Amino acid sequence: MAASCAAASELLHNVNKQIKLLFPKTSCVIRRISTTADRWDSPTQVKTKRSPQQLVGVVGLEIHAQIHSNTKLFSGSAVRFSSPPNSLVSFFDASLPGTLPVLNKRCVEAAVMTGLAFNCTINKKSLFDRKHYFYADLPAGYQITQQRRPIAVDGILTYSLLGGLKRNQVLKKTVRIKQVQLEQDSGKSLHDDLQSQTLIDLNRAGVGLMELVMEPDMSCGEEAAAAVRELQLILQALGTCQGNMSEGQLRVDANVSVHRPGEPLGVRTEVKNINSARYLARAIDYEIQRQIDVLQRGGTVQNETRAYDSKSGETIPMRDKEGLQDYRFMPEPNLPPLIVYEDNASLLPGADVCQAVVVHEIRERLPELPSVKRDRLVRTYGILPEHSFTLVNEEGLVEYFEAVLRETKKEPRKVIGWVTNELLGQLKQQDMSVSQSPISASALAELLELQETGRISSSVAKQVFQEMWTSSGKTAPQIIQEKDLGLVSDAEQLHNICQKVVDSNPDEVHAIRNGNKKVLNKLMGLVQKETKGRADPVLVRTILQEKTSS
Amino acid sequence: MLSLTIKEVSLALREGRISPTELCRKCLNRVKKTHHLNAYITVTEDLALKQAQEAETRLLQGTPRGLLDGIPFAVKDNFCTENVKTTCASRMLKDYIPPFNATVVQKLLDQGAVLIGKTNMDEFAMGSGSTDGAFGPVRNPWSYAAPYREQKGVEPQSDWVISGGSSGGSAVAVASLTSYLALGSDTGGSTRNPGSLCGVVALKPTYGLLSRHGLIPLVNSMDVPGIMTRSVNDAAVVLGVLQGLDVKDSTTIPAPPSFTELPEDFDVRNICVGIPKEYHAPGLSDETVAQWSRVADMFERAGARVEQVSLPHTQHSIVCYHVLCCAEVASNMARFDGLEYGHRSEVDSSTEAMYASTRHEGFNDVVRGRILSGNYFLLKQNYEHYFLKAQRVRRLITDDFRRVFRSGVDVLLTPATLTDATCYSDFTQEDNRTRSTQEDVFTQPVNMAGLPAVSVPTSLSRRGLPIGLQLIGPALQDNKLLSVARWIEQRVGFPSISDFGESSEPTKREQTSAV
Repeated sequence: MAASCAAASELLHNVNKQIKLLFPKTSCVIRRISTTADRWDSPTQVKTKRSPQQLVGVVGLEIHAQIHSNTKLFSGSAVRFSSPPNSLVSFFDASLPGTLPVLNKRCVEAAVMTGLAFNCTINKKSLFDRKHYFYADLPAGYQITQQRRPIAVDGILTYSLLGGLKRNQVLKKTVRIKQVQLEQDSGKSLHDDLQSQTLIDLNRAGVGLMELVMEPDMSCGEEAAAAVRELQLILQALGTCQGNMSEGQLRVDANVSVHRPGEPLGVRTEVKNINSARYLARAIDYEIQRQIDVLQRGGTVQNETRAYDSKSGETIPMRDKEGLQDYRFMPEPNLPPLIVYEDNASLLPGADVCQAVVVHEIRERLPELPSVKRDRLVRTYGILPEHSFTLVNEEGLVEYFEAVLRETKKEPRKVIGWVTNELLGQLKQQDMSVSQSPISASALAELLELQETGRISSSVAKQVFQEMWTSSGKTAPQIIQEKDLGLVSDAEQLHNICQKVVDSNPDEVHAIRNGNKKVLNKLMGLVQKETKGRADPVLVRTILQEKTSS
Repeated sequence: MLSLTIKEVSLALREGRISPTELCRKCLNRVKKTHHLNAYITVTEDLALKQAQEAETRLLQGTPRGLLDGIPFAVKDNFCTENVKTTCASRMLKDYIPPFNATVVQKLLDQGAVLIGKTNMDEFAMGSGSTDGAFGPVRNPWSYAAPYREQKGVEPQSDWVISGGSSGGSAVAVASLTSYLALGSDTGGSTRNPGSLCGVVALKPTYGLLSRHGLIPLVNSMDVPGIMTRSVNDAAVVLGVLQGLDVKDSTTIPAPPSFTELPEDFDVRNICVGIPKEYHAPGLSDETVAQWSRVADMFERAGARVEQVSLPHTQHSIVCYHVLCCAEVASNMARFDGLEYGHRSEVDSSTEAMYASTRHEGFNDVVRGRILSGNYFLLKQNYEHYFLKAQRVRRLITDDFRRVFRSGVDVLLTPATLTDATCYSDFTQEDNRTRSTQEDVFTQPVNMAGLPAVSVPTSLSRRGLPIGLQLIGPALQDNKLLSVARWIEQRVGFPSISDFGESSEPTKREQTSAV
């Protein structure tokens, strides 16, 4: 556990848009023993051995994933982000008396598919319950959820951290998924403190959510962030949730406690208001340290809900969540038990085939999951595992990589660097997605093919790449021709240059003649310098060998 | 004309003996004449005349939509009606205008039926007298008919009797001849109880057979739209129109294949009538017992098997109902917070203060009391002890019925109410909760089990007030149940209120607590 926490955050650091900028390289262990003052800026230098009596963090997550569907969970209103306020509100969403919920089949299928992706047991019969609380953006005064019997239970999520000294060691971790339950989203309240008014937008009210409850199997922010990132990728691959945290499509609450290993779990706090994976890691690590500090000062941790303040990096108690809420759960009487069928043969006589949700059919439709895709990439192309993470983490990058490979004879292991360093580097720098890249996969393939066939050197290839990026539309051959970047393979010209180099470096020539053949490389470098990297290296080597042999 | 059944008046319309607009005007006039009964909260005069005009056009063109085309009807004010106020007899919704029609209302309109108005009730259907609404109590029209008035010592101005409830307004609308049919709702007997006290046929169909979409709920798991008519046949006609799957209500079920007509001569020789011994309840009047025996004997003489049966858990039904009802009420009423619709208090110091005063001002103490109890029952520490236990008892009550019907019993014959209608002044001596406990005793177990039941008027009491009996059938046997009910109806000779001349408005209107 300690190793994994100490393991670098490089994986996330490299690949996650949301956390790339600020994710600290500080390890969890360091944070635990560091003082408040240097918690955030101390670079990882030392790994400290943890004594068995040391307090460690325990982290569980509650994740609300908005179901990617055309209409809401129980009504026909459209689901869309950033529509005019209250423009997507049906009578049911506004809780007009006499309206009844009608379950959206798409949402059930999404939850089943999500459950299957985590190897959950799909409950053939699940139930809906009402969870009561008064809040202005909850029009009915209760939320319809699945408290007693959720649609899927007992799953597992496998995620990976990159560890080791070079951060190239893939550490597989698992977290148990207790359940996946269907429930309604609430509306949104906007508080206008100046006029002391609350404005309510019900567009989101009633949108389908999957609540995924992850058991407290994680021990630090980094693990939680990596688990959430993997979950995000899986949901996106399934198409059951778009997974954008900043738009609230994926919302994560963390249950955090500390204890000494082997002892019962400590009192936990719930940390809310976390809207990115980066903040998730920070909020959790802050909260673990806060609890340790409290205990070490002889205090006790309160069971409370705290909000993460991204500006200060702290968690603070939420005043309106003070005191224990009694949600007064009750079965939802307007929805019969939700029945899903294993296969068509198990359909009840008289059941409407169009209305039935059949697990077997959904299982058949399961797409390739990120972990499978990564394994396949490593196996098929012989690339390094960490590269497979980079590819899969970036939407569209696998497809791009494979498209390049189709049009070049260059080895995948040589192409991967171009995709994960040159291309992704540029994209990240300009905050662009793969689909926005000014260099298409075939344009890159063309460039790499020129290099592969010896028309240009690798340093020139990089130069051409930069040109292609800025002058979009120009092909590699065009740029090479315009800038006269083609390989110099005129034997006489190269002879002259080589002669000049040999003449002005007598010491090196002497060394070579005395048997130190490695010095030849230095001479080759000098030739390339003269030709701005355009000299045909094979030819140059031959000429130099010729000229330096006695 | 006004005292005819749907079948009769429908024929009159087709034969041109009366036009839909004439009929509609007659009903509207009658509504005015019987204004003192306080049966209607809203009279939709203009809309009714417009609908009647449209029906008239169809009839003249020879293209009526069906038996109900041009027939005036009334709807309890807890069914949503598009662009027509729907108040639930509560200050909370006193100016609420829904933007849609309840499915059952829409189905009647689609058949060309003419909406006369929205009927009075107990606030949010919580009550058994129609005395606890924000618009004052409903009066039973039999209070003003000769058999009651001519008793010694009766002062009709002060001694008027209650209509029963909570669908009192709907029962009175049918009984006082202002509508040919009315929709009620039945959660614990709210259709059958006033039906029985007002001398009309009142059907509570099998749960799920009629859509609840647009019915403002009391207890979702027991609510059923009820049908009130002047004859059993009419109830069957309306049931045929209203029943069936509704995509807007996930608890509806497809209607079983049914015959359109009830048999003229139902043969009772092949049926077994069960008499539940537990229904000899304390407080049951001699006269009601006499009617019960009379009809049971009638069956026996006609060759039916009449058997005493036992429903041992019935005695726990009311307590169990109290818990389940309050729990669902607490939940269902949570939406009335003054934000999206309905009453909103002037208090705006905070959202919580606004909620609290809105709900205090909007609900009467019956509603508030049930919300309070319900929230108590649903607390985590009480849930197991109250709600779950009540659900288990509910299952036992349901099993009682199932066992009896499986043993070969076709229908159960029971009283509908303990006595005939009580004087308003006596009724209000006890609080709503006590009254509901007493009055729902025969009707309420049926809702627990979701079974069909119908109350049929059988005679007038010595006080000149209707007495009715209840028939209970197995789930989805609504038509068979109605066939048996019709058999009774054909033999008991219950009189029409019109037999006793026009009931007239009392000379001096008594001041009530109406707002």
